[in-house]
Amino acid sequence: MSAVLAAAPATATRRPEGLTLLVLPALAFMTVVFLLPLLLMLWSSIRGPDGFSLSGYVRVLGDGYYRQVMGQSLQLGLITTGGALLFGYPAAFALARAKGYAQVVLFALVFLPLTVSIIVKSFGWGIILRRDGILNWAMLELGFIERPVRMIFTEGALYAGMINVFLPFMVLPIYSVVRMMDRRLPDAAATLGASPWFAFTRVTLPLSLPGVVAGVSITFSLAVAAYVTPSLLMGDRFMTMSMVMAKAFLNLRDWQLGAAMAAVLLFVALVVVVAAAVLQKRLSTARGA
Amino acid sequence: MERLARGVSFGALIVVIAFLMLPIAVVIPVSFTESAVFSFPPEGFSLQWYGRIRNVDGLLGALGLSAQIAALSTAISLLLGTLAAIALIKGRVPGSEAVTALMISPLMLPGLVLGIAMLQALREVGLRDAWWSLLLAHVVITMPFIMRTVLASLSLFDFAMVDAARTLGCSYGMALWRVLVPNILPGFVSGALFAFIASFDNYPVSMFLVDVRTKTLPIQLLNHLEISPDPTLAAVSTLLILLTIFVLFLCDRLVGLRRMASL
Repeated sequence: MSAVLAAAPATATRRPEGLTLLVLPALAFMTVVFLLPLLLMLWSSIRGPDGFSLSGYVRVLGDGYYRQVMGQSLQLGLITTGGALLFGYPAAFALARAKGYAQVVLFALVFLPLTVSIIVKSFGWGIILRRDGILNWAMLELGFIERPVRMIFTEGALYAGMINVFLPFMVLPIYSVVRMMDRRLPDAAATLGASPWFAFTRVTLPLSLPGVVAGVSITFSLAVAAYVTPSLLMGDRFMTMSMVMAKAFLNLRDWQLGAAMAAVLLFVALVVVVAAAVLQKRLSTARGA
Repeated sequence: MERLARGVSFGALIVVIAFLMLPIAVVIPVSFTESAVFSFPPEGFSLQWYGRIRNVDGLLGALGLSAQIAALSTAISLLLGTLAAIALIKGRVPGSEAVTALMISPLMLPGLVLGIAMLQALREVGLRDAWWSLLLAHVVITMPFIMRTVLASLSLFDFAMVDAARTLGCSYGMALWRVLVPNILPGFVSGALFAFIASFDNYPVSMFLVDVRTKTLPIQLLNHLEISPDPTLAAVSTLLILLTIFVLFLCDRLVGLRRMASL
């Protein structure tokens, strides 16, 4: 290699060749520390005590309990994504339309929770939802209820906590698309006689779809794989795929089961990434046409 | 009708912000309570829980470890990632799209999958040292943040400016330092910041790699929360929130928050 480089003619062509080699340290690192372990994990999911075996997958996909766990994870992902979209979509518009200093402040308020540790937020939810917590106290003071209601460790509390943690991942991608949108387009539609509803469904909504696809895919893949929030707000009562994986590796020492579950979760994540990429491509060609 | 839509959207934003702030805001008053339970409203006012942070086993050590791992892994990713980004943009890397995907994909992976894969591989090669395991894993965690921001700012940079500087008498190294570096600095700062936060807050990967004596801050906090929850945690959380606000403020001065978030 060095002989080839030395023989290469001076500067003009040598520079790009040399530059190309700069990718090698990072590429080598990521191959050895990231890609190989991932392949090893997939390999171990089909490797039983005596050679090749699919028993991990048979257990994960065949057992009623693990099927229920996968169903719950998908349900958690869908409800979190739906809730985040419902509130996040209109909020992103207001954020994009705010002006000047107000926008900076509002933006910082949406952005700050992203940088606060998930443990701190889950701890905060615990304080809010406890029997002697802030929500029960407020509802008692206002006379809505006569004695404290049990809220923590309920599914409702879990969904609220999940939407709370993942909402910024929905708002920010939609916001960044809406901000770039040409605001004269809905006005043009109105000038041409479109009703506000027609202008929204035919002009504004389609233009905002790339942001929606990005937000939905990020939120769903994070929520479906969530570990900290469900285990703090629900514990063993609501097992997700990630919780089963952690248990298989840390408590049961059943690596094949854990690796098979991890492979299933990896597959779900891949499907989401590919689906989002296909949709984005379709959206951008539709706009070009 | 249009006014109604605007009202609904603004209302949704207010609800969203209030909802997002709620769990963060309740932690602060609880940290000043006198009693040992998290009852609401907090009773009395005291700073005792802040004083007790020092006495909680392993908390300061965990804070130090997290800061150390986050800083080192961010620095390594910055070095490797920037070199790779230069090669990807300016060189002729075969299969450059696949290479970029490899560098960025840890971000799309479920955290626990990455943690499990690392745990298995490290056992396979016999590396049992928690500190080194954490460092290697956190370089993988931080790499996508660096790659995304540095690639984005490098691809916007007009390399003809470097040639212009050379024509005007700069050496190649000097041209890079005086022209390239100031232009891509915002990308560096925001990428490094996100990377640091991602490493500092990471739970799902670290949980497989820590051992009894080597625990990062999120792991230690969660342990403490599960075993003996008391307002000391609220005090630590309040300090972390203040630190975050300070860092965000600093970044807004340096780079501009909105620019950071768009990357």
